[in-house]
Amino acid sequence: MSKATIVLFSGDLDKALAAFVIASGAAASGWDVTVFFTFWGINVVRDDNKKALNKKEFVEKMFGSMMPNGADKLKLSKMNMGGMGTSMMKKRMKVKNVKSLREMIKDAKELDVKFLVCDMSMDIMGLKKEEFIDEVDEIVGVGTYLKESKDANLTLFI
Amino acid sequence: MADETIDVKGLTCPAPLVETKKKLKKMEVGKTLEVIGDHGPSKKEVPEMIGEQGHEIISVTEENGVWHVTIKKKK
Repeated sequence: MSKATIVLFSGDLDKALAAFVIASGAAASGWDVTVFFTFWGINVVRDDNKKALNKKEFVEKMFGSMMPNGADKLKLSKMNMGGMGTSMMKKRMKVKNVKSLREMIKDAKELDVKFLVCDMSMDIMGLKKEEFIDEVDEIVGVGTYLKESKDANLTLFI
Repeated sequence: MADETIDVKGLTCPAPLVETKKKLKKMEVGKTLEVIGDHGPSKKEVPEMIGEQGHEIISVTEENGVWHVTIKKKK
């Protein structure tokens, strides 16, 4: 079976979309697919319905509120124009029948894509595992990513 | 006539492939699925990528930009 591992480092909407088009496309093609969310990318799997825990430190709370809270809150890497560009892009996607990032995440999970979150990024940003969407399988270190990638046919850093 | 049909007309990459696979996953082995779409590249890619997984591609037809791919679930 072919295998793909994707590192999603970016928390930009356009880049996350590219990652999920490839992830769900590969999974639909019968590939074993893992997405490793690290650094800004961990914001993509935050759940905006789950409230930040009270026991957080001040800096952690600050980080949490400054970063996008989940897939619906991401911005374009280019032409964001204070949010106008992003909302125009989302409208265009709807008109053109492109699924939203949130829907693509659901599809990926339905096709058994593995969601791994980088433990170190989570620590730095002060996020807790309870704040992520249910699609997240595991909180891991770089070793797991490497182990998964060892026999992968395709590995991408986005 | 296929056992199941999905209409992915109007949907674009990667939805035709993803919807086909999602549907196949829920079906029993031996059943047939007809996928109807109009996204150009998917006419080639759906049978290619699904066929590669060991399923049987029974037919691929196209008329006025609308294609029909019929698949038999083999495993």
